[in-house]
This record gives sequence, C-alpha cells and structure tokens, in this order.
Amino acid sequence: MAVDKKPPEEGSILVTSIESAIAWARKFSLFQYPFVTACCAMEFMSAMGPMYDMARFGAEAPRWSPRQADIIWVVGTVTNRQAPILRRIYNQMGEPKWVMAFGTCASTGGFYDNYATLQGIDKIIPVDVYIPGCPPRPEQVLDALMLLQDRIQAEGSSRMRALKEMA
Amino acid sequence: MSKKAIRAVKKACKDAFIDSHAEHGDHTVIVKPEKLLEVVRFLHDDPDMDMKHFCDLTVVDWPEREERFEVVIHLHSLTRHHRIRVKASVAESDPVVPSITPLYKGANWFEREAFDMYGVKFEGHPDLRRILLWEEFEGHPLRKDYPKKRRQCPIPFREDHPDQPPPFRERP
Amino acid sequence: MEKYEEKELHLSAEPMKINLGPSHPAMHGTVRVVVHVDGEVIVRSDAQVGFLHRGFEKECENSTWNQVFPYTDRLNYASPLLNEIGYALAVEKLLGVEVTPRCKVLRTLLGELTRIQDHLVCLAAMSMELGAFTPFLYLVKTRDWIYLLLEKVTGQRVMHSFMRIGGMKYDVTEGFKDEVLELLPKVEVTIHDVESLLVKNRIFIDRTVNVGRMTAEDAVYYGWTGPCLRSTGVDYDVRKAQPYLAYGDVEFDVPVGTNGDNYDRFQVRCAEMRQSMRIIEQCFDMLPDGPVMLDLPDISLPEKDDTYTSIEGTIRHFMVVMKGGVVPAGEVYSCTEVANGELGFYLVSTGGGGPHKCRVRAPCFANTAALSEMIDGGFLADVVPTFGSINMIGGECDR
Repeated sequence: MAVDKKPPEEGSILVTSIESAIAWARKFSLFQYPFVTACCAMEFMSAMGPMYDMARFGAEAPRWSPRQADIIWVVGTVTNRQAPILRRIYNQMGEPKWVMAFGTCASTGGFYDNYATLQGIDKIIPVDVYIPGCPPRPEQVLDALMLLQDRIQAEGSSRMRALKEMA
Repeated sequence: MSKKAIRAVKKACKDAFIDSHAEHGDHTVIVKPEKLLEVVRFLHDDPDMDMKHFCDLTVVDWPEREERFEVVIHLHSLTRHHRIRVKASVAESDPVVPSITPLYKGANWFEREAFDMYGVKFEGHPDLRRILLWEEFEGHPLRKDYPKKRRQCPIPFREDHPDQPPPFRERP
Repeated sequence: MEKYEEKELHLSAEPMKINLGPSHPAMHGTVRVVVHVDGEVIVRSDAQVGFLHRGFEKECENSTWNQVFPYTDRLNYASPLLNEIGYALAVEKLLGVEVTPRCKVLRTLLGELTRIQDHLVCLAAMSMELGAFTPFLYLVKTRDWIYLLLEKVTGQRVMHSFMRIGGMKYDVTEGFKDEVLELLPKVEVTIHDVESLLVKNRIFIDRTVNVGRMTAEDAVYYGWTGPCLRSTGVDYDVRKAQPYLAYGDVEFDVPVGTNGDNYDRFQVRCAEMRQSMRIIEQCFDMLPDGPVMLDLPDISLPEKDDTYTSIEGTIRHFMVVMKGGVVPAGEVYSCTEVANGELGFYLVSTGGGGPHKCRVRAPCFANTAALSEMIDGGFLADVVPTFGSINMIGGECDR
C-alpha cells in the first residue's frame, strides 16, 4: 500500500486496492499454530518471551486448533512417524495459510540423515519461509516473520498464488 | 562390594554362570540366556544384593558372532550402593530371552524398545509391541545390517514436490 | 422453549476413547496418550512415545568419538551441557584419564548453571500449561539471561558443543565470575516471585496436590531418578552417591519431598535451583588455575598453531578428524546426574574410531513409563499437570 510519509490532512482520503488492504490487515494479525516437536522449541520460547517479544509483530496469539490458525510454525525435527500428523494438521487449516520451517531439521533434515527423520517438511507440505540455524537465533526468527509479512503483502498465500497461476 | 556380588551370583546360580569381569570397575556377569530371570531374581531378592532399582536394559549387536544379540541389563542397589551388569547372548535364529517385567515394572518400556530396535523377543512380557517406531515399520533399525538411510515414510511425498530446491527469493 | 425430558438432561456416560496428542497444545513435547474415559475419569490409558525418535544411536555408531558431542547436545535440549559432560566422562572412563582440576571445577560450575536453566524451563512449561502465564514470562526471561552468559562463554546460545574428550574447548571468558555472581541474585528473585505466585495459590494447589501421586516403592521399580524420585522421599542423587567432578568437595543438600505428587515435584525443583546456586558460589571460591584441556595425542585435536606450522600437528589433526582417534576396546557404563535424573552412557568400543554401541540410559524414558499408572483413576484434566511435572523431554525420551 503506497502511503506518503506525511500525516494525512483532515478529511483526506486514501486510495488502495481491496486486495492490498486485506493483505495489510492479514499480515499484522497472524494467528499461529505452534507444531513444536524438538530442540528449536527452546528458541521459540525465547522468541515468544519478554526479551524478543513476538507480540510486536502481531503474531503472538497461539491458536490451539489448526482450524483457527493462519500460520503453522513447524519447530524442530519432523520424523517419518510424524509426517502423517503434520500433513493432517496442515490440511485442517483454513485458507489462507502459511508455513514456516523453523530450524535446519524442519527445512532439510539437518544432521539427522538416517532412517527415522524426514528430510525436510517440504517433502510433504509446501513451505513459505525457511529459517536456517540449529537452532536459529530469535533475531533470525523475527527476521523470517518480517519476510513472511512482506510476502503476504506482495503475493498472498501460496495456495492463492497457485490458483492464480493455474487460471 | 560388587566383587562380592559376582561371587554370590557364581555361588547361587552355578548352572547359569558363564563368565565374569570387572573392566573399568564395572562388575559384569555373563549368564546363560534361559537362566537370565533366575539370576536377576536372585539379585532382586537376596538381602545382601537388594538390587531393587532398575537402571537400564539394552541389546548390543555383534554380527560376526554366532550368538549375535547380547542383552545387557544394569541394576543398582539404593541401600547398598552397588551396581552390576548382567549379560546374556542369544542367536539370531531364536532371539528369545525371559522378560524381567515380573520383577521390575520399569523394564516394560526398555524391553519394548529392545524388541523394536533389535527384534529380540522377551518371553512373558505383557505387551510386546513397537514403541519408538510405528507398527508398519519393516525391519529393526539398530541391527548392524540395517542400512542407515533406508527410509520408510508412512505417507507418499507431495506430488508437486520439486526436485530442485526452491528458488532463492530476494526480499521484495 | 420446549421442555426437555429428564433423561436428556443427563449426559451419556458411555466409556469413550480420547486421543491426547501427539500434537496437543497443552503437552510440551510430542507424546500421544490414548485415554479411555468414563465421564471425566480415566479408566485406562496408554502413553505412546517415539514421535521424536531421530536415530541417535544409529548416528553415533556411524560417527567418530568426537562427532558424538553435537548429538548429545540435542538429547535433553533444555540442558545441553550436562549431557555433554556425561558423555565426555564416559569416554574418559573408557580411556582411563582424568581431566585437569580447573576443568573439573568449571564443568561442575557450567553444569549447575545449566541445571538451573533446565528447571526454569520445566517450571515455565508446567505453569503455562496450568494457565499461569505470568510465571512463564518471568522464568523465560531469567533463562534468557543464562543463555546470554553461556553464549559469551561457548559461542552458541543453546547447543554449545563445548566439551571435548579430555577437557573443554576454551577457558571461560574474562569477567565471567562477576557476571555469574551478579546473575544469581536475580535468579533467586525470580524463583521467589514464582513461588509467591504459585505455592499458596488456591488454583495451583487444587490442581497439583495429591494429583499424579507415586509411591517410593513403585518409583524405584520403575527406575525413576532425579527430582521425580526425590519427590517421593528417596534421597538418591548420583552427585552424592558416587561423587564425580568436583561434587565431592562442595557442600550441598539433596531436597526430598514426601508425597510424590505434582506439588512436591515443583517444590523439589525450586529447592534444587537454590542448591545449584550454592554449588556455583563454592566453585568460584575453589577455582584453581591451570589448563582446561588435556593433551591426548590419540583422540584430541592439537593446538591450532601446531596444526598450521608443524607437519606432526597436521598429521595428528588429520588422523583424529578422519580416523576418529583411538579408544581401547572395552565397555563402560558411566552415569551422571542431569536435570531429570541419572543419565547413563553405556559405551562399547571395539578399538575403532567410533563407538560400536552408544547407549543412552535416558532418565525421561523411565520416568514417562510410569505416566499411565499415575493418571489412571484421575481426572482427564489432571493429565496435563502430571505430564508437565515429569518434565518429559522428547529428544531424550525418544532419542
């Protein structure tokens, strides 16, 4: 949304497209579903905690049901045993939805390259932002969140994008 | 103290005893697999041993040996502060040892894990099924002949999964 | 509105099967509890673990002795340094070496700092799951201070990979003592604040006292250790029973509970943090000078200067990295007291560069095995505080 830096005068109007107004509203009220499995939870707690305070970005409210959530944080290693569960939870989420792969394990499997571990969650669900690090620092997490916000403003959700491409 | 334990086991369970050693101060008795429960019961019941604290149960795989799977049990006494390690080897053709769950409740999950990872069966276990892996998993992953990277994902990968990694995006 | 018939006013009380988890919001960690409930009461239950089984042992068997350290970090990710110390001590027992006096004291000190951090996380998660969000924020804030300190020393916030076979990578930074001694009163204030919020809180007491009880006898048979065992009244602590590192030289008490319920486990953890602070203060008083790393030509890397300037150093570096060093054949069981109890490493070496078998006796695994027994007969809502007070850590329980 293109807005001038100077404060609007009284009675002035703002012209924008409805899509971008909705995207603007969406990106600052991301309800999250934490799919927390492993070590990265420690840094996720820090990012949610008072020192880094994710609430500044409007993304602090956890929803305890995937049906109410906009964004799923896959925090930590996802094993093969967990793969069906993750996909089911992803399918239960309503559109629009975004996925964050938190940490190296969720992104690529990390250094657990063996029979038990899924080599990156993008093998089963589409991912919007990958956060590297084992575990990533909270600053990185916030950076990724800002990146996602930019993306929401620019493109909408991955599903919407796919639908646009198909049309 | 534990030396005494080894002597006591040797005396009390003569026909079960095979060997003993005390490497690095860890006192170990090696017994016949079919007599395992008998030996553990002696360690549990005898007032001088009093090993009521269950510590650990695991299996070591020695593919080159004839009796391939070595069941290793660690027990501890809270009153006398001594530890003992009991080992028994079984062959791959008949990997069955008696379960020690009648004596130690805690052995339940440890035996299930040993069954899951190595395929060693515990006779008399109330509920012997996989614990760390899922039921449909084929094979026993911690056996030395299970390839490290043989993956069995219970669901198919998504169809639009790209072979290439996703393109690097500049920040808009 | 139509008048309901009387029988419709009663909810049906048929037994029902309910799944808690594996991705249940109020269960930190991934565990699935299948409960059969009759109304609100749990008739029987089946706790299923293994959703975070990452193949720790398989990875270790395919690694060299030094490469195992990062994996041990991620066992109990709430207190990584304690796991590293446990593994390092096991390999050192197998090698028959003893670390330098300074390293011993520093390991004790850093270990206790990590223990405080683990208990903070456990109490934070437990209180948050009971709906007390304020203690969570207090405790996480305090834990972050410890993270900042450890980051300064080790270079990483959470997964330090700081210990080595035969010592540790670096000495502590300058001014570390002052920073820690400045931090400890703040931790004390946090514990005090949290206790004053919860210990006499009616809701907290109702949810925890006499909930999830365990008798001492059963706890021993289940192989419980650590704060959970001590809450039942058994004063078993590996630090006292078989002193290792500098624990024989410091004075501390082992707090024990009486009831073995959730409330006692909470109290024991609070008391343990205070004892850890006592140990840290004593460690600073007795900290000797000297090196922190032994020079073990077979297994430890040479000094960086040596590697770059002398051919012997280069070769040694190459051999240790590629072949993994030499550890004599044999087997060893070594146990240490970590935040959850007795962490044992059972290592089998065939003389090769890596372990033939690297078994972890995870305290959580034994503790969680008793979950079913603790929640059976109780209310469905009590599963959450009971599970929280056991402090099941997925990485350690499922390995």
